[in-house]
Amino acid sequence: MFANIIPAFIVGGLICVVGQLFMDLTKANIQPAHVLVSFVTAGVVLGGLGLYEPLVRIGGAGATIPLSGFGYTLAKGAMEGAQSSGLLGAFSGGVEAAAVGIAAAVIFGYLTALVFNPKG
Amino acid sequence: MGSKKVGNQSIIFQNPPFILAGYNIVGPKEGEGPLKDSYDQIMKDTYNGEKSWEKTEAKMLETALRGVADKAKVTVDSVDFVLAGDLLNQIISSSFAARQLGIPFIGLYGACSTMALSTALGAMLIEGGFAGQVLCAASSHHDTAERQYRMPTEQGNQRAMYAQWTVTGAGALLLAASGTGPKVTSATLGRVIDLGTTDTNNMGAAMAPAVADTILNHFQDLNRQPDYYDLIVTGDLGTVGLQLLKEILKKSNFPMGKNLSDCGVMVFSPKQDIHAGGSGCGCSAVVLSGYILNQMNSGELKKVLLIGSGSLHSPTSALQGESIPAIGHAVSIEIS
Repeated sequence: MFANIIPAFIVGGLICVVGQLFMDLTKANIQPAHVLVSFVTAGVVLGGLGLYEPLVRIGGAGATIPLSGFGYTLAKGAMEGAQSSGLLGAFSGGVEAAAVGIAAAVIFGYLTALVFNPKG
Repeated sequence: MGSKKVGNQSIIFQNPPFILAGYNIVGPKEGEGPLKDSYDQIMKDTYNGEKSWEKTEAKMLETALRGVADKAKVTVDSVDFVLAGDLLNQIISSSFAARQLGIPFIGLYGACSTMALSTALGAMLIEGGFAGQVLCAASSHHDTAERQYRMPTEQGNQRAMYAQWTVTGAGALLLAASGTGPKVTSATLGRVIDLGTTDTNNMGAAMAPAVADTILNHFQDLNRQPDYYDLIVTGDLGTVGLQLLKEILKKSNFPMGKNLSDCGVMVFSPKQDIHAGGSGCGCSAVVLSGYILNQMNSGELKKVLLIGSGSLHSPTSALQGESIPAIGHAVSIEIS
């Protein structure tokens, strides 16, 4: 088990360090929302270029759980969709591949809201 | 122009209204701060039994308004006007609190300068003979302000080290044409100054030039020197803004002595990890209605100048990249 956890911890941790440095070393009007969007976009670009795949192989969930992993899934799905059903597949493939993540976010977000009744 | 106005922006009250009493209520974080003994009520949590923070803030303001009337042994019905403001859209905290009081209400928006603004206008109403007794108040709540100006608190955004923490608190003063206690002796109403700051996390930097402008005009209009006052206190510049203010005044050949401080710096201790100090309408409201008034009534302070500082941007203007206009309103309070 540790053989999976330790690389996941290191890869995931390093991705988060990049995000923190992005906020700390840039002007303060770089907000968490900018980091969020940049990470998804970077994941798409790196995924499309095949550069994110090695991180996933080494880090597993450490690379797929951060937002860059979501971008990677979108890119991977779009490429697979393009191969199997052409141009339309390029549009549908990304969201199909990310469907589990999106649905989980909605459902668990809803459940969390039911339990904790957020007011912020 | 009547003789009550002096210089460019100042008013001297010929029959200075009395501050009969002050009353405040704060949140738990403020209640752990250095001024904890000067608060009339400290809430156990940020809801205080209400369903939303907005309801809490309106209730806090109502509590402060009723509390100050009780303290001064005056019935709310005998008060002529309530002047109040807050930070929320359409100043709902103030309108909702005034809804419960049933007396004429003048809603104000001066952002965080509101307490100084309401005190100045209240004093003008009394001086002009338009009122005998006036309630002046302001409120803010950390969590409603976060929702109004920034992000949902659940997002857990990291705050910049130079960002300030909105004070959860409401403060009220009861001004009257006759009585005893400290008097509002003069006021300098500020101009809107904008030097082009766009970072809404750094409101101290946006407000410091406006506060400096009002301070310079106040002393010029009244032909006074800083040592006239025992305490010159700005509203909520925080540590960053206060430092900038000192630099601006120094460059303007008007250096301040040790009697210059800031309510935002006073209200929290650096140990509380709130970064650059407190902010919000409630910040100067609770410090004025508590600590400053107590110190004046006990004779520790005799002459105080409060310069409320306000950032007059809106969330929309900030998102559209507009710079932050700022203002400073000064009131001098003296006890003989």
